[in-house]
Amino acid sequence: MTPHLVAGLEFPPIGELLNWKNIAPGGFNKTALIDVLAVVLTVGLFVVGARKRKMVPTGAQNVAESLIDFVNGSIIMETMGEDGLGYLPFILAIFCFVFVCNITEIIPVFQFPADSRMANPLMLALIVWGVYNFTGIKRQGFATYVKNSTVPPGVPGYLVPLVALIEGAQRFLLNPITLAIRLFANMLAGHLLLVTFALMTDALFFHNTVTITKPIGVLPALMELVIMLFEVLIAVLQAFIFAILTGVYLGPSLHPEH
Amino acid sequence: MIDALTSAVTINGNEVKLAGQNIGAGIAYGAAAVGPGVGIGIVVGNAITAIARQPEAAGVARTTMFLGIAFTEALALIGFVVAILILFVQ
Repeated sequence: MTPHLVAGLEFPPIGELLNWKNIAPGGFNKTALIDVLAVVLTVGLFVVGARKRKMVPTGAQNVAESLIDFVNGSIIMETMGEDGLGYLPFILAIFCFVFVCNITEIIPVFQFPADSRMANPLMLALIVWGVYNFTGIKRQGFATYVKNSTVPPGVPGYLVPLVALIEGAQRFLLNPITLAIRLFANMLAGHLLLVTFALMTDALFFHNTVTITKPIGVLPALMELVIMLFEVLIAVLQAFIFAILTGVYLGPSLHPEH
Repeated sequence: MIDALTSAVTINGNEVKLAGQNIGAGIAYGAAAVGPGVGIGIVVGNAITAIARQPEAAGVARTTMFLGIAFTEALALIGFVVAILILFVQ
């Protein structure tokens, strides 16, 4: 079927944009490749950065140190305070992993954010959920932790059942779900946006039956460039938001009183 | 040029279902984007006011602003996911 101008865009089924062929046995596809790459890049950066430590940092050490400063200063100190400094490796790892999984969205050859498959953000969110509940139970004991995270101080007695239900659902059920959906939907939306304008350019330049309208294809091509720049911003911002929300959820586990 | 105008169009149950899906997905995302749009505007506007009044508190205000954006934006994104589900899940 040849798409023509008035009927508009022939958009492929969404499965074609998100499912990739296995490139190695055991279901190892592009998403898994990006995941492995993210781990290798993150570990590699910090191993290389820590190998030859110099007084005045250069190269990888410079990048690693500014990342550590950034996570310490604007994520941990803002949300958890002094107590949370021990969680630096965890939050730094999450930040770097999510960032690499997002930024592959605009890198040629990959052109696909690994976080637009639900498995990826959901697994990360479940890890975060496990860590903050484990921390809370370890620090406060099981009963105290459940009480502290369901009943906020200063609630009148007759409201306690209702508030406890809402707060408990929020803390134990909705937090990880929204954490996963936020990242997933942002990346999926970005990917679909990029695909839409790429297809529009392709349709106008190469599958256009009305020759005189071919130059219009320059417009979606320019828009594609603008959206690519915008997606760099989104990739950084979503990694930052995922990391800072990890800090926010860890906060009440560390110090219960508000 | 438009096929629908020149040829006879048969409308069966599937066509109606497809039309319903498309209209539903449009309404789902459109309606879900209204509230968060206003909400994010209020959050960012107030953060800018706060930073302009107290530039030394810019760090705290910025972090809180991103948090507020993240929580507000989640609603729009859930609407987007619902629209995708309506469109592509049979």
